[in-house]
Amino acid sequence: MNLSTTLQLALRALWRNKTRAMLTTLGVIIGVGSVIAMLAIGSGAQQRIAAQLASMGTNSLVVRPGSVTRGGVRSGAGAITSLTREDADAIAELSDALAVAPSVHTTEQVRYRGTNWHTSIQGITPDYAIVRNWPLAEGEYISQRHVQGTSHVCVLGQTVVRELFGLRNPIGESLVIKGMACRVIGVLTEKGATAWGSDQDDAIFMPITAVQRKLKGITHIDRIELMASDREASFRLLKEIKDLLRQRHRLREEQSDDFRIHNRAELAQTSEESARVFTWLLGSIASVSLLVGGIGIMNIMLVSVTERTREIGIRMALGANHRDILWQFLMEALVLSTTGGVLGIFAGLGGAMAVAGFSELPVSVTPGSVVIAFMFAAVVGVFFGLHPARKASKLRPIEALRYE
Amino acid sequence: MSGPLLKISALHKSYVLDGVTIQALRGIDLTVEAGEFVAIMGPSGSGKSTLMHILGCLDLPDAGDYLMHDRDVTGMSRDELARLRNREIGFVFQNFNLLPRTSALENVETPLIYAGVGKAERRQRAREALQRMGLGERLHHLPNQLSGGQAQRVAIARALVTHPSLLLADEPTGNVDTATSAEIMSLLDELNRQDGLTIILITHEQEVAEHAQRRLFLRDGRLEPQA
Repeated sequence: MNLSTTLQLALRALWRNKTRAMLTTLGVIIGVGSVIAMLAIGSGAQQRIAAQLASMGTNSLVVRPGSVTRGGVRSGAGAITSLTREDADAIAELSDALAVAPSVHTTEQVRYRGTNWHTSIQGITPDYAIVRNWPLAEGEYISQRHVQGTSHVCVLGQTVVRELFGLRNPIGESLVIKGMACRVIGVLTEKGATAWGSDQDDAIFMPITAVQRKLKGITHIDRIELMASDREASFRLLKEIKDLLRQRHRLREEQSDDFRIHNRAELAQTSEESARVFTWLLGSIASVSLLVGGIGIMNIMLVSVTERTREIGIRMALGANHRDILWQFLMEALVLSTTGGVLGIFAGLGGAMAVAGFSELPVSVTPGSVVIAFMFAAVVGVFFGLHPARKASKLRPIEALRYE
Repeated sequence: MSGPLLKISALHKSYVLDGVTIQALRGIDLTVEAGEFVAIMGPSGSGKSTLMHILGCLDLPDAGDYLMHDRDVTGMSRDELARLRNREIGFVFQNFNLLPRTSALENVETPLIYAGVGKAERRQRAREALQRMGLGERLHHLPNQLSGGQAQRVAIARALVTHPSLLLADEPTGNVDTATSAEIMSLLDELNRQDGLTIILITHEQEVAEHAQRRLFLRDGRLEPQA
């Protein structure tokens, strides 16, 4: 008996019990649909995390001054002034460091004509654009020349532009920051909020030297952000910086670090890992329902084999061999599970879109998850269909014929 | 291929029913030539059905030989038996045994499916077989829409559609009225006389058995000829 004949027989048999077949399929539809929808929610979350990590600049490290114990008194993190631009220059010599961006930070009231705005002021070097992965919208960026010349120039974040200039073009205009006139030379693209909710666009960027000398009157720096070529290099770089800074700060064996190095790659790895776990968790919960759907198939097929024992006997008398019978029932189970699989894909897509519509959760249906869910449904059909089909095929003709 | 259609010797079969072993067949010897019409009679419980199952290759004997076309049936695998049933034997049962909720045409097509006949030819042959039984107007009727006589003629069409060597009829008139019974028997007579079809008929009715050329009586698991 060839495949298409087997399929026809299966379809005809299922058609005779339409309601039952539909309800059995529904179990698989729900199973496959929920697997796809859950994986879509999971990978949507993964993608959002990946996007946030990318906007933070992955493979990047941040060096901050740390706490230090002097005579038993421990100062808080960042309270000391151990980090200097010379440290940053020394770090820039390391071959794993692609870009090194020392910065200082303050907040000031900024005035422009009649309006004013309290915002964050970052003193930076040109590498800052690289480590933060933050391009200009227009104008020009802080250059090495500006840094060396302590130039009174600034680049604005989008929020500052909106608050001070409205719809006007700020480039070429002058701001007043702490009594100092400062020419706007560029505007950054919109960066959005950080993962923890602060508005990154609410900031003004100036040459590091200008902020150090003119606004804060300090010589140390607040932080060094730097970028490695890849994740592995970032872990290597962390060790190299640690050794370098301990040596430069002349720390003895027993003294603790007077700086802290924070590796964003570590955070990235953790978040990605937890997103993956989250996806797996959702997927495995959903696959339980697929399993239940499969058991539904087995249940119905077993009932069907018992009910149709006599039919099996007649078919055997007419010349069906055990393979014909096996395939007939297996095919019925397969039709139920694959039909459920196909309809379940649509249910899953619909469900994912509904979730995306009702909540702000991002969803992303990957082709892989569709293929996996469908294959899983087919495997469920074979697995749970095989037992009833074998049971049918092993019936003895006379017993099957006599069955009432 | 000059030997008898089937040759059975010293056939034994027992089965266990409710813990009691029943010796159903105790040494059956039977030779049936091609073209014969044989009736096997006997009271209920005489082993008629058991003999019928073995003759129909639905079951295997415990001991003894069964040759069909000089081929040993007793050593065959279940798939070889299925093939033999499909090619060589047509069954007609007392209760028709039509596939439920399946049209007359599809019922008749079924043995051809297992014979590996293509769809178009299957349809054609099934249609012809039904037309020959006078059921040309009933092709798409379901078994429960047919009268007893019609159902049994569908069953006969289904038995003959594969052109078997042997038609095994187990109480073919047991579930129909007298008029229909006569109709079915004259159909079998015609098939035997005109087409030379070999028929083994199992019945307990004397007048049904009268249609056969040879009548055998099954008593206590043994066959004896009856005048």
